Amino acid sequence: MKILVTVKRVPDPETTIRVKPDGSGIVTDNIKYVINPFDEIAIEEALRIKEKLGSSEVVLASIGTKVVTEQLRTGLAMGADRSILVLCEQELDSLAVSRILAKLVERESPELVLMGKQAIDDDSNQAGQMLAALLDWPQATFASKVELAADQKSVQVTREVDGGLESVGFALPGVVTADLRLNEPRYASLPGIMKARKKEIKEVPVAELDVDIVPRMKVQRMDPPVKKEGGKKVETVRALLDLLHTEAKVI
Amino acid sequence: MGNVLVFAEHQKGRFPKSTLVALQAGKEAASKLGGNCLVAVLGSELDALAQEVAGYGVAKVIAADDPALANYLADAYAVTLEQLIKANDVSLLLATSTAVGKDLLPRVAARLGAGMATDIVGINADGTFQRPMYAGNVIATVSLDGPVKVVSVRGTAFDAAHPGGQGQVEKASVSLDAAARKMQFVAFNETKSDRPSLTEARIVVSGGRGLKSGENFTTYLEPLVDALGAAMGASRAAVDAGFVPNDLQVGQTGKVVAPELYFAVGISGAIQHLAGMKDSKVIVAINKDPDAPIFNVADYGLVADLFKAVPELTEEVKKLKG
Repeated sequence: MKILVTVKRVPDPETTIRVKPDGSGIVTDNIKYVINPFDEIAIEEALRIKEKLGSSEVVLASIGTKVVTEQLRTGLAMGADRSILVLCEQELDSLAVSRILAKLVERESPELVLMGKQAIDDDSNQAGQMLAALLDWPQATFASKVELAADQKSVQVTREVDGGLESVGFALPGVVTADLRLNEPRYASLPGIMKARKKEIKEVPVAELDVDIVPRMKVQRMDPPVKKEGGKKVETVRALLDLLHTEAKVI
Repeated sequence: MGNVLVFAEHQKGRFPKSTLVALQAGKEAASKLGGNCLVAVLGSELDALAQEVAGYGVAKVIAADDPALANYLADAYAVTLEQLIKANDVSLLLATSTAVGKDLLPRVAARLGAGMATDIVGINADGTFQRPMYAGNVIATVSLDGPVKVVSVRGTAFDAAHPGGQGQVEKASVSLDAAARKMQFVAFNETKSDRPSLTEARIVVSGGRGLKSGENFTTYLEPLVDALGAAMGASRAAVDAGFVPNDLQVGQTGKVVAPELYFAVGISGAIQHLAGMKDSKVIVAINKDPDAPIFNVADYGLVADLFKAVPELTEEVKKLKG
């Protein structure tokens, strides 16, 4: 089966993010970029399905400028077979991203699209659901377990929802988005990195796809959050409890 | 501006606090932006629930009552909501960012070709919205274009609505073709707990990597949680390490909470965790590292070995409560 996995380039989660003084964006100097952590989990899941089935193809897809090559190369080094980079300079909202991805799905006809549940930069948590809607495909977000039927025609997904775990099933094709506990992504091996150098990164100019990418959601300005001041240090458990009881009046 | 439609999620025959928050935000949006505040309730055998939610001072409740909607499924629910939006002159769809809200709203937005803002924390009179980005390091002002807009609301950013004023209830006809019914509900395995839920509790006690094991959550943290009548949470590091299940995770990619009292025990205070709890009214940090960033947001900090301090605190709380 063919599995399409989406990859977003995001600032390393350990990076300290600062807002530019004029509110036009974040300070990008000296930021290290990585694959969105949830997308790494999606890649890992695709690789595990491929390893289990023996014959599958794992195709990575991303959108951005040529710098994204770095993240695609990492994904290829993990073991993906080939990749597509949609070249686009413009800021996109989740709907535009989903429309571009829907076009790639039309071209590639994968049975399964695996994505991260959210990107840790804009924290929107929209693209997987939107892609499924545009394709009129079923969706399973926040996946912690993906079980493919023996005939590879359907899937049962365990989802991390409020108050427990929910299982849903559907016939493929479909979209699944990865939550934290789906798996533990592998590191690229040295042979993997060597092999990745020869794997394809096909560049597609966004204009060629002929989709409406006018953003419906626009960021007008950015501000730093109101800073909370640290409070008192207390010496003993007794002192802590006294303060909570008499000063804060919360116990 | 047309109407505001609030999607009223219900669980086990009741509306959780998160739904009352959506009602409040919906009423605020209608008063600031214009239009009436309508409510959509979807499910099976909804008469009592529809009457209940109509008592929150909303203009109208639209009940989509059908056996096919008995269990939440993204495809059937999205198609139904889209039909309700088109039939009721809706220009803003709103729900709280619960697991269901996050799953459903983008699907509806894409079907409508609408822009969506996730996790809004403020509604501005000019029609823009405030929302956090980058784990709360940025508060963005965003605008949505198009005839219909979709927003999900952060559950801690608005008060819960209070009952008052009976609106009318209208039944909507539900029509779902095969394309809208591709997904099947298989099972729901509820996490059994006698404790309050994380997003509704008055007190939350969270543990981090400092607890060192899942057994220590049971031995050290849980007695304190129960002595306080609190909900238990955890940092992503503790979830990553497999100490506790992911539905306890508080943070950027877990739950966002803002209780009256929040205990961070053995939690260093990574930005991803702070994103989920820094709006709590009173924050207590217990950590043996005096330089841990959690102390920068804590109202009360105790630099101590948690394995000594937590049992002592548990005993003191029990004494105090008598």
